[in-house]
Amino acid sequence: MALNNIWVFAQAANGAPTSATLELLTKARSLSSNVTAFIAGSGAEAAVLGEYGATAVLAVEIGKSLPGVAIASALKSVIDGGNTPDLIMFPQNTEGRDIMSRLSVKLDKTVLTNNIDIADSGDGVTVQTPIFGGNTLVSTTFTGAGPYLAAFRPKSFAAESAGGAAAAVTAVAVPDLGATGSAQVVAVHVEETTGPKLDEANIVVAGGRGLGEASSYAMVEELATLLKGAPGASRAIVDAGWVPYSYQVGQTGKVVKPTIYIAAGISGATQHMVGMKGSKNIIAINKDKEAPIFGVADLGIVGDVHKVLPQIIAALKAR
Amino acid sequence: MSLMNVIVCVKQIPDPAAPGALDGATNTLKRDGKLILDDSDAYGVEMALQLVDKAGGGEVALISMAPNGETAGLRTALAMGAAKGVLISDPALQGSDALTTAKILAAAVQRLGGADLIIGATESSDGYTGTVPEQMAELLGLPSVTFAKKVSVEGGALKVDRQTEAGYDEVTCALPALISVTAGVVEPRYPSFKGIMAAKSKPVEEVTAADLNVTPVGWAGAGQKISNVTQAEARQAGEVIEDDGETFGKIVGFLENLKVI
Repeated sequence: MALNNIWVFAQAANGAPTSATLELLTKARSLSSNVTAFIAGSGAEAAVLGEYGATAVLAVEIGKSLPGVAIASALKSVIDGGNTPDLIMFPQNTEGRDIMSRLSVKLDKTVLTNNIDIADSGDGVTVQTPIFGGNTLVSTTFTGAGPYLAAFRPKSFAAESAGGAAAAVTAVAVPDLGATGSAQVVAVHVEETTGPKLDEANIVVAGGRGLGEASSYAMVEELATLLKGAPGASRAIVDAGWVPYSYQVGQTGKVVKPTIYIAAGISGATQHMVGMKGSKNIIAINKDKEAPIFGVADLGIVGDVHKVLPQIIAALKAR
Repeated sequence: MSLMNVIVCVKQIPDPAAPGALDGATNTLKRDGKLILDDSDAYGVEMALQLVDKAGGGEVALISMAPNGETAGLRTALAMGAAKGVLISDPALQGSDALTTAKILAAAVQRLGGADLIIGATESSDGYTGTVPEQMAELLGLPSVTFAKKVSVEGGALKVDRQTEAGYDEVTCALPALISVTAGVVEPRYPSFKGIMAAKSKPVEEVTAADLNVTPVGWAGAGQKISNVTQAEARQAGEVIEDDGETFGKIVGFLENLKVI
């Protein structure tokens, strides 16, 4: 089927559309000339959304509701009104997943998640999904009629401006949510970070369970600071409470593609590898020479992070 | 609230330590070997047990969809302290997509008469689609809070710290509700010997898709088909050297070559 009408879930942080949003808009406009961005709020980001390819914006004021149920219900009302998309693209993150889940039930349509590419062959829309830590690529084709619902991992596409004009904004009201609308946000907490953002940094230094204890993470932070990079973490030490979730690299965390990724005391579980395998250069330090991380490392040091990291830090400071 | 009944969705998965494989005929994940309780679900089971404990009464029930009548993972959760389970096992379910899975599990919740709270994981460790709990909430007409990293019940309502990209949100929600919990939300207990023995006689009802009146299921109900499977270009491993006390110089040299220092 032809993709005549594509919708993209857009998100903003600090007043600007997120990089994942711009990536999806760039891909969407290569598939269709009719791209609608839908976003929580008043649609104040319409200029940039238009620049990257959106021809229309649906703005949904959600108040204190969680985006999942509120935005899905608003979109359902638009679809019931006769504007039916062929494809709805979501970023693979918390809010994207929630909205697509709610919508999939409202529309009785399947969802395909964790994708890194999409193609329209004319007789089918196919997405590509890496599994087993990215060693195997599965192509899955939607069957039946749309709307097709698909979520894409960050950095699957390069964001490029199309120089488009600001998109026209249409406000969409959230219908009465009944019992499903009872979840309300009563306070928002932002964890402070300094230095470059983890998913935008040129260098990432990440620590894992091999650090042994929470206090050893200071070495990772110090090396990251010295290299003007960002500190990251494996899921194991986030789960253990050593560092906040915002540091996590991997399947359930950030996808990073820095010039240099230094993995300190990280064994390289599948969950972690999918988040960092796209790094240009990988350096790994781990005690276990059988650790899977050495299979993807350009330089692997079989050694104790407690010895090697302080030596690197001292050498950099001495320069 | 004096009584609190909680249903936990648990997935029984192939041992994640073993390399995953696809069934050559169907291109679905191989799940024919021994299955274990998904680690991600142990947190939900523990959370449920603690909430029931704090409420001063009630019970934790489990629901699971698995092939071949598999109950090993369910028994682990029963050994932790859950009271009973419903297992949906049916060859017709092979090839089911996430939406069909959610329909099956939602029907199982209704078979159990509902609950004050339904708990799932944010995603499974094998398929990691990550949509089933929220789809269940929509099917059951319930409010939901995903990515819960701290949960309590106060005055009959949920209080949740919900993980976000930037930090976390404090969210309140009326019951009944559904939540998905992150790993690390609580520390799962190890089943005691007594618990393991007791689990053997706890009731697990086995039902089919037809028993739950869910149709179509399996490949017929999935709005998708796998069209191709290829091996990704493998990243070449580079130099791996044993640390002799001087290898840090190799790393510094590597950084110099890339002109980042």
